[in-house]
Amino acid sequence: MLMSEMTYSEGIRTALREEMKRDPSVVLIGEDIGVYGGAFGVTAGLWDEFGSDRIIETPISENSFIGVATGAAMTGLRPVVEIMFMDFIALAMDQIMNHASKLHYIYAGQVNVPLVIRTPAGGGRGYGASHSQCLESWFMNVPGLKVVVPSTPDDAFRMLKAAIRYDGPVLFVEHKLLYKKRGEVFECQDSEIAFGGAVVRRAGTDVTVAAYSRMVDLALDAADLLVEDGVEIEVIDLRTLNPLDSATIAKSVEKTGHFVVVEEGCKRGGVGAEVAARVAEECMEFLDGPVMRVGAEDSPIPSAMSLEAQVLPVADDIVVACKDALAW
Amino acid sequence: MIDLYHKMLLIRRFEEKVEELFSRGMIGGTCHLCVGQEACAVGAVSVLGKNDLVISTHRGHGHLLAKGGDPRRVMAELMGKATGYCQGKGGTQHMCAIELGFLGTNGITGGGLPIATGAGLSAKLRNSGQVILVFFGDGASNQGTFHESLNMASIWKLPVIYFCENNLYGMSMSSSRSMNVTSVAERAVAYGIRGYSVDGMDVLAVREAVGGVLDAVRGGMGPVLIEGRTYRFVGHSKSDKRVYRTEAEESEWRVRDPVISFDRYLPGLKAREAEVLRVQQQVEAEVTESVEFGMRSELASPESALSGVYV
Ligand SMILES: Cc1ncc(C[n+]2csc(CCOP(=O)(O)OP(=O)(O)O)c2C)c(N)n1
Ligand SMILES: [Mg+2]
Repeated sequence: MLMSEMTYSEGIRTALREEMKRDPSVVLIGEDIGVYGGAFGVTAGLWDEFGSDRIIETPISENSFIGVATGAAMTGLRPVVEIMFMDFIALAMDQIMNHASKLHYIYAGQVNVPLVIRTPAGGGRGYGASHSQCLESWFMNVPGLKVVVPSTPDDAFRMLKAAIRYDGPVLFVEHKLLYKKRGEVFECQDSEIAFGGAVVRRAGTDVTVAAYSRMVDLALDAADLLVEDGVEIEVIDLRTLNPLDSATIAKSVEKTGHFVVVEEGCKRGGVGAEVAARVAEECMEFLDGPVMRVGAEDSPIPSAMSLEAQVLPVADDIVVACKDALAW
Repeated sequence: MIDLYHKMLLIRRFEEKVEELFSRGMIGGTCHLCVGQEACAVGAVSVLGKNDLVISTHRGHGHLLAKGGDPRRVMAELMGKATGYCQGKGGTQHMCAIELGFLGTNGITGGGLPIATGAGLSAKLRNSGQVILVFFGDGASNQGTFHESLNMASIWKLPVIYFCENNLYGMSMSSSRSMNVTSVAERAVAYGIRGYSVDGMDVLAVREAVGGVLDAVRGGMGPVLIEGRTYRFVGHSKSDKRVYRTEAEESEWRVRDPVISFDRYLPGLKAREAEVLRVQQQVEAEVTESVEFGMRSELASPESALSGVYV
């Protein structure tokens, strides 16, 4: 049932509010998430509703407050941590990858770590090298960590609920440029709360284009551009990177015979490298051309908007990659 | 003394201009202004030698200008122009001017502390005689890097002055909520080093505090922690409505404005009316020229975006 039209940011906030109401063990932890409402206003208003028992504002201590959340998660709370910009997650890598992601396994199931780490990624705003990165590829290399990358308000809403209810750690990657994106959000019953696999956002016959987060919108733009060339691409929204729904990709590639994967982060060693390898392993028999990757150039992200535009992928890059895939 | 006033006024007018250009869309991204904190930047840097190094924060335009930064090149950097200190690649939070001994503003809270410590180690091993002064905020003093850096600097007796601009807030978090000591300087005890707290609105007091330890730090005594108690008169960044503090508190601090009420902190200067007026006119001209320079400079070439990456 349609709940209402709302922004991506409201979708996240609604999920937080509903889960906090439903389950008193859900707490928010992070910097400036109280009266300030978070750097991007995502938690605005929740402070008035839930107060300082449920919204724990921390000093600027990323490594340790992720560790704090991990400890709290092991002992009965369900923390949802906000890392203000994804770039700052680098400070907390040890607690995430050596602790939160591993403890359930190495302690042979004696503990659960129901921890969600929400964080906005992405460039396009001229914030420069330390405030613009998409670092999700790093985390695909961490066993035991779910990586979730919603592209729509409805997915953000439903997948965040799923993340909060999940018993293991989840990295929930938001995108700064999606916060204001509007879309329909549907009410969901408890039984409908799930991460869901990849979905086809636009059907097509010629090239399969897999994307996620903001890049889904770019792929849909590219699809419109390619129609003029008589090319119909099928756009798949991956939605989760770990686990990776390669079955949905394979089904599409079987039909199209061509594959392009798109990410905003660095192409080298990126998400696309893993996805492309999986396609090579699982879809060889269907492929009629090379697997192509689109991603950021091999460079830190410069601050000047005119330079940033040189580094980050645009819809035209996807168009070119699709043509290259077909030209082979 | 007139130089101290000149630098503080330059920083003030420069920042006000940046704010205006930002609102008019002539500067992109985000930025953090140091309006209100000029006395810390100018007082601390004014006693350093030319070869001494300064390492800064996200709120760093003033630190760079205090170290001799050319307002034109700072402005050009903010505008993303090729003539900026980092050719548009760095921007406000990643701006370096190595020829001035300015080792960078920093977008990561607490990120400059270990870098400064490393520069201190290098200065010591090279016997260069340099002192490193690193600015950081009250908020940054809660990062692990603060503890780890001060500890290393202390055990190795490095020539580093850790200068905390305690403006009472890290974004919306007041320091009374983020730490259980009233002064960041108290934390020095944990590292076996000296800690001082000074009035960060008083440029002469800041100058005296840093000047007072400079020779000893240079001479191998080890690091010192100095806190300047100050206040940012503006929001944390562009989008901040400052709901976390009161107007009463803001006006209390406004009275202590280090620039407008300079005669409180630079006694005798007011009497030198003609000189003061000349400085004011000079600053207006410098700021105007910085904007014009920025505007008439070219954008960095598109190809330059991908140059300069180590492989
Ligand atoms: C690692 C990291 N965490 C958080 C931020 C976001 N942030 C930027 S400035 C700031 C507040 C810093 O406070 P303080 O050190 O007191 O400096 P001030 O802004 O008051 O000058 C925060 C939280 C950041 N840039 N880097
Ligand atoms: Mg502060």
